[in-house]
Amino acid sequence: MSTSPTVGVITFPGSNGDHDALHAMRHDVGVDARFVDYRETSLDGLSAVILPGGFSYGDHLRCGAIARFAPVMGPLVAFAEAGHPVLGICNGFQILTEAHLLPGALLRNRSLRFHCFWTHVRIESDRTAWTAGIAEGTVLRLPVAHGEGAYFADPLTITRLEGNGQIVARYSTPEGTISEGTNANGSVGSIAAISNERGNVVGLMPHPERAANPLVGGGDGLRLLGTVLGPMLSPTTLSRT
Amino acid sequence: MTEATGIPQWRAQATVLPKPGVNDPEGDSIRGGLQQLGYGGVSGVRAGKVITLTVEAASEDEARATVARMCDQLLANPVIETYEVTVAPAAVGPEGH
Repeated sequence: MSTSPTVGVITFPGSNGDHDALHAMRHDVGVDARFVDYRETSLDGLSAVILPGGFSYGDHLRCGAIARFAPVMGPLVAFAEAGHPVLGICNGFQILTEAHLLPGALLRNRSLRFHCFWTHVRIESDRTAWTAGIAEGTVLRLPVAHGEGAYFADPLTITRLEGNGQIVARYSTPEGTISEGTNANGSVGSIAAISNERGNVVGLMPHPERAANPLVGGGDGLRLLGTVLGPMLSPTTLSRT
Repeated sequence: MTEATGIPQWRAQATVLPKPGVNDPEGDSIRGGLQQLGYGGVSGVRAGKVITLTVEAASEDEARATVARMCDQLLANPVIETYEVTVAPAAVGPEGH
């Protein structure tokens, strides 16, 4: 087993956050990272995988609908089911829902506008591979850049997510207050990020990789990206019993 | 009917719409536009997409079942969308047009 963990960043046709994610992991978090081509069929040797933001396959049909069938997705499902950390950012979140690794879907923003601005999210669960070091209630300042970011799931699913602690972050004020005023895209329950039941797969709409260094305007994203370096790297520690 | 295979061709149409209860901001803004044009009595505007395709199948039922499977797997997202499939014999011609 390698002593040097390596994070994979999948490049789909149309990904545009892959370089940001790789740079942030290598230079801000300080972990080995490599690109994973969407045609690759093995994720062996990787400790965690990031699905980056962008417009895979031109967002045609639905965001993430075509990427879901890329050759790398079979191995990714097995990787996730083995308990390894997987993070989907923006389009990566959309792909994870299309692939049924996360419940729900991302709809067109309520405003019908592309949202590109800084936002605040309140961390709602520290029981995931990507938020384990972040106390619940912590507010992070992160940028968003999406046209289809309104999280939707039916009421039964939302209740189940809340009961299981699978809601990872909600849009909030800088002080951590959640209201419709801070819910720019119209997400159900102001949801900005969710996880699977086990907590190893997380999807979020904001971009932590674009806020991993104060030099680019903010460093809060490092909290999310850096957590995976900790003991959560081992799938055995992810048991939520 | 394709000359190469002899299997009948069918012209299919899948109409995909947001499920009832799922927010449809596009439909809402279309309704707003219609109201601005003076169509005040308009409601229930939903915007979706239509996908047309030609498929080979032994029968109309088989063609419909195949396209429904395509909808379940790719053309629609059952979490947020419903779909309807219609099928008719493809017109004679190389592309069925």
